[in-house]
Amino acid sequence: MIVAESKPIKELLEMVKDFKKILVVGCKGCVTVCNVGGAKEAAILASALRISGKKEGLDVTVGEHTLERQCDPEYVNELKDVIEDYDAVISIACGVGPQFLSERYPAKKVFPGVNTKFMGGAVEHGVWAERCAGCGTCAIHLFGGLCPIARCSKSLLNGPCGGSSNGKCEISKEVDCIWDMIVTKMMEQDRLGELIEFRPPKSWTTARDGGPRKMIREELVK
Amino acid sequence: MKKALPDNIKIIQVPCTGRIETLHLLKPFEEGADGVYVAGCQEDSCQYISGITKAAKRVKQVKGILEGLSIEPERIDVFHMSAGKGQEFVDVADQMVSTVKKLGPILTA
Repeated sequence: MIVAESKPIKELLEMVKDFKKILVVGCKGCVTVCNVGGAKEAAILASALRISGKKEGLDVTVGEHTLERQCDPEYVNELKDVIEDYDAVISIACGVGPQFLSERYPAKKVFPGVNTKFMGGAVEHGVWAERCAGCGTCAIHLFGGLCPIARCSKSLLNGPCGGSSNGKCEISKEVDCIWDMIVTKMMEQDRLGELIEFRPPKSWTTARDGGPRKMIREELVK
Repeated sequence: MKKALPDNIKIIQVPCTGRIETLHLLKPFEEGADGVYVAGCQEDSCQYISGITKAAKRVKQVKGILEGLSIEPERIDVFHMSAGKGQEFVDVADQMVSTVKKLGPILTA
């Protein structure tokens, strides 16, 4: 999933200080799963904004609406009757959501309510960790099912650096050295030899380095 | 004679403090309350293992939200007590009322 965290409420208050009708838009996708942008969180943020409005004695109307997904036009369209009543919109979806809302409703001022962090998963309840860097050419099978691009601090593809110590990365004792894990896994699977096979340098043309990416599936295009 | 609860305390009963969600703690403020507190079990005597611990974490979260809104975090708190200690229940209410009275109303306008 795409993992995000809430923006500080002070930052959001500053963003919308000039608006009297604010709509908080949640998303039932990834941000619901990581407990930052679903219906519950939309209700919490809306409540906080209302409390702030009352505290300051302002006549602020705050609405809340949660879409199935903010990254699909058909769901974003559902807002067309709701959004008319508001002059500012806070999207608490990942960075895709506020952009889809901005594109679909160009007259509305759209603000991001969360900071999008990474693609990852829940390693325990309330703890998420990065697992994918979206490089566009997945090769985790070459590394025992573990991604050194996303999980090595230097994204090294050719073994651990000198900063690996007792299975930990030099940047923090909290960070596992993924190369220590890769080597251990390959040894356990009796595949260590695969790591010294020659491979040409990875092409990064499919990664973000090649500019904004787009994917077209002809069989799905109308 | 036993003391009674202060008149300005409104009790909202829940089956377990673990049922209390963040929004439940914010709504009273939205509706005009100047303080909210959770009166729950002792940490080591929760029948549902971690109900009061979860509630305490949510209270902490709401303290952070209140701070973000420039509202004193002391306006929300959590207290642990056993069901058999009615007097403690009243004492805690008095304590909370006293704290909130010192802080005054939230509304500045």
